[in-house]
Amino acid sequence: MKKIGLIGVAGLCMLASAAHAEKLTIGLASEPTAMDPHFHNLGPNNAVARHIYDNLINQDDKQRLTPGLAVSWAPIDDLTWEFKLRQGVTFHDGSAFNADDVICSFTRAPDVPNSPSSFGTYTKGKTAVRIDDFTVHFKTAEPYPLMGNDLSTISIVSDTVGCGATTEEFNAGTAAIGTGPFKFADYKPGEAITVTRNDDYWGDKPVWSEVEMRPIKSGPSRVAALLAGDVDMIAGVPTTDIQTLGENADLQLSQGVSNRVIYLHMDQFRENSPHVKANGGGDIKNPLMDVRVRKAISMAINRDAIVDRVMEGVAIKAGQLLPEGFFGVSPNLQPVEYDPEGAKALLAEAGYGDGFEMTIHGPNDRYINDARIAEAIGQMLTRIGIKTSVETMPRSVYFSRASRGGEDGLPEFSFILVGWGAGSGEASSPLKSLIHTFDADRGFGSSNRGRHSNPEIDATIEEALRTVDDAARQDLLAKATELAIENVAIIPTHFQVNTWAAKKGLRYVARTDEYTLAIGVVKE
Amino acid sequence: MSVFIIRRLIQASLVVFLMSLIVFFGVNVVGDPVYMLISPDADQAEIQATIARLGLDRPIHEQYLLFLDGAWRGDLGNSFVFGEPALRLILHHMPATLELAFTALAMAIVIGIPLGLYAGLYPDQAVSKGIMAGSILGFSLPTFWVGLMFIMLFAVVLGWLPSTGRGDTATFLGIESSLFTLDGLSHILLPALNLALLKISLAIRLTRAGVREAMGQDYVKFARAKGISTKRIILVHVMKNIMIPVVTVMGLEFGALVAFSVVTESIFAWPGMGKLLIDAILQLDRPIVVAYLMIIVLFFVVINLLVDIVYSILDPRVRLQDQGA
Repeated sequence: MKKIGLIGVAGLCMLASAAHAEKLTIGLASEPTAMDPHFHNLGPNNAVARHIYDNLINQDDKQRLTPGLAVSWAPIDDLTWEFKLRQGVTFHDGSAFNADDVICSFTRAPDVPNSPSSFGTYTKGKTAVRIDDFTVHFKTAEPYPLMGNDLSTISIVSDTVGCGATTEEFNAGTAAIGTGPFKFADYKPGEAITVTRNDDYWGDKPVWSEVEMRPIKSGPSRVAALLAGDVDMIAGVPTTDIQTLGENADLQLSQGVSNRVIYLHMDQFRENSPHVKANGGGDIKNPLMDVRVRKAISMAINRDAIVDRVMEGVAIKAGQLLPEGFFGVSPNLQPVEYDPEGAKALLAEAGYGDGFEMTIHGPNDRYINDARIAEAIGQMLTRIGIKTSVETMPRSVYFSRASRGGEDGLPEFSFILVGWGAGSGEASSPLKSLIHTFDADRGFGSSNRGRHSNPEIDATIEEALRTVDDAARQDLLAKATELAIENVAIIPTHFQVNTWAAKKGLRYVARTDEYTLAIGVVKE
Repeated sequence: MSVFIIRRLIQASLVVFLMSLIVFFGVNVVGDPVYMLISPDADQAEIQATIARLGLDRPIHEQYLLFLDGAWRGDLGNSFVFGEPALRLILHHMPATLELAFTALAMAIVIGIPLGLYAGLYPDQAVSKGIMAGSILGFSLPTFWVGLMFIMLFAVVLGWLPSTGRGDTATFLGIESSLFTLDGLSHILLPALNLALLKISLAIRLTRAGVREAMGQDYVKFARAKGISTKRIILVHVMKNIMIPVVTVMGLEFGALVAFSVVTESIFAWPGMGKLLIDAILQLDRPIVVAYLMIIVLFFVVINLLVDIVYSILDPRVRLQDQGA
C-alpha cells in the first residue's frame, strides 16, 4: 500500500515490526458492552470473552462441547454432575487455577450489578460444591442433562482478582485476568479491543502475537476498511457485497451456516386475531388455528426463491429448527416442497377457497435481509389467495410489540417473521422457548409468540429435558421436532449463513454461533 | 453585563427544564428496551425482573420524577446497556467529537473565508465562479455519500489515508487528543473534511455576500478617497464589518458540528458522542439519549451566550442588553 511522506515512514516502521510480530486486525460488526465476561449475556460480549477466558467446557466451531478447564464431566447420580478440572493451568497473572475459581465464577456470573442480561439463565437451580482442588460437583433438584451446555457459557475468572472486582475494573483491565489463549492488553470503547498472545496457554497456542478488534458497525465502511488494508478480516459482510468481494483476487471469503433459523409464527390462540380479516375487512374466525391453513401457508412459500433471489444464494432452506449436524435434529424432516396448487386445494378444503386478508409483521434491521423476506412471503401468500400486506419496523419497536404489545400484554400481531439462534447448540433451546406451551411460572415458551400449545409435544420436550442419556434424549428431541413440524407450530423458512472476508492467505473457520474469534483465523 | 448574563441563565434553565420534559416523554413512548437488552434464552421471570430493575414497571410520571430527582444531583441515570452513569459515558466520548468539530471548524474558517473573500472581490473571474459552483456542491451532496467516496478514493484506491478509526492519541497540556500524533492527524483528516464541507460552503457564501455588499458602501469609498491601501481596507475595515454574520453562523454551526456529527462518526467509525448517540437510539438506551440531549441543550445555550459576547467585541454599538438577546 502506498503512503505519502511522513505517514509512509510511520507505516514502514509498523510494517517492519509486524513482520516478526504477527499482528491481526479484525473489523467487527458489533461491539461488546463491557470487558467483564459476566456483565452481559450477549453474542459480542461472549465472543470477546472467549479470547481472554476459558470456560469449564468450550464450544467448538460447530458448538460441540470440548474440554476446557474441565477435562471430563459426567453425572455420578441422577442429581449430581462431577467435573474433573485441568491441572497445571495458570492465570495470566501467574496464579494457579483450581476449584475455588470455578465456585466463585459460578457465584459471580448471575449476580453482576446493573447487568442488562445476566447469566442466571444458566446457573439457576444448580449448586456448585467443591470436593477437592480439582473436583467440583454441580447439583440440581431434578435430573438435568444440559449441565455441560449451560456451563459452557460461564467464563472462569480468578478467585483472587476477578470475583470481587467491579465491571469497571474489568474494563480498565486490572481485573481482566483469565486463563484464555490471549491476555487483555487494551480496551477503548467504540474504538478497539487489543489482546496479546498468552505464551503459557495450556491448549493450542494462537499464531497471532497481537490481535486488535475494531468495531466498525457501518457495513460499507467495514468493507472499505478491508479493501484499504486497514483491517485483515471483517465479520458480517453485507449480502450485497459478497459477490464483488468474492471476485476480488486479493480477498478470500469464509462462509458457514449459523444456528439461526428464520421462521414464521402464527397466532394460534385467539378466535379473533387482530391482523386477520375476511375478504373486504370483516371479522373472521381466525383461520390460522386450522392446521390445514398453516400447512397451506408453508406449501405456498417458495424457499428456493427466498434463498436464491432474496438471500443471493447465501442461506440454506429449512425444514426444522436447526440445520443438519446439530444435536437433536430429526433425520426424517425435509424442507416443505413449494406447491401453490396443493396449497390452494388445502385452503379450499379448510373452507377458505376464496382466501382471506392478513398482515405479516417483521423487523427491518435484525436479520439478514429481513424486510425483503417478509415482502417476498407476502407476495407468495397473495398468490394462493391470502391477501397479505407487509409491515416492517425497527427491532427496537418490533420485539416488544410482537411479545406483549397487544391487550393484556399478549402478542400484538397475527403472523410474524422472526429468527432464533440456539445458544446451547442443540434442539432443546428452540423447542423449549418457541414450541412449548407458554408457561410463565415454569419458564417455558417464553418466545412462543404464536402460543401454539400441544400437550403431547410439551410432554416430549419435558421428558427430553429430564433425560440424561444422550441417545434417548436425541430421539426425544427429534420426536418433539417432528411433532412440531407436523402440527405446523411454526414454519421454518431458512437457516442464515454468515460470511467473513479476509485478506488472501487468511481463512476463517466459520462458527455456527456467529462469533468472530481470532483463534479461528488460520494462515494458509 | 452581569444582569444580562444572570437573566440569560434563568432563561436557559427554563429551556433545559422544558427540554427534559419533552425529551424524557418523547423517548419513553418509543419501543421497549428490555427486548433489546435481554438474551433470548431468558425466561419470563427474568424478563420481568429486568423490567423491574430498570424501573420500567413504574408509571411514566414516576419515572420522570425519579429522573428529575437524580438530575438535580447531577445524576442523569445509568446507561441500560453499559451499566455506567450516562453522563460519564458521554463525557468520555466528548474529546473525540470536540477534536473533530474543532478541526472541521478550523477548516471552514481557513478555507472558506479566504475563498469567499476572493469570490467577493473579483466576482466576474472564472475562478470565483468555480468557487461558487463548488460551494453549491458542498451544500447539496449528502454527507454519508461524500464520506464513503472519500474513503473509496483516499483509502481504498490511493491508499494515502486510513479508512476508519481514530488512530493514536497523545497527551499534551493535560488534553488527550489524536491531534498531537501523526497517525492521529492522518485519521482525522477525512472525517473532519467530510464534516467541514458544508461549513466551508457556508463560510464562502456568507463572506462573499458580505464583501460584495461592503465594497459598495460609503465608508469604503471614503477610505479609498483618503488613499488607504486596498489591503488595509479589506483586511481591517471590510473584514471587521462582515464578520458579525459569519461569527454568528459559525458559532451555531459549531454547536451543530458537535451535536450532530452522527453520520460522519458512524461512517468513519469515529468513537465520539455522535456514534454513542446513534447506538443508544438504535438500542433504546434511553438514559444516554436523554442525557445527551440535555447536554446539547446546555451546550447551545452557552454557545449563544459566547456569540453575543464576541459581537460586542466586534461591534461596540452592540451592548449586552436584553434587546440584544
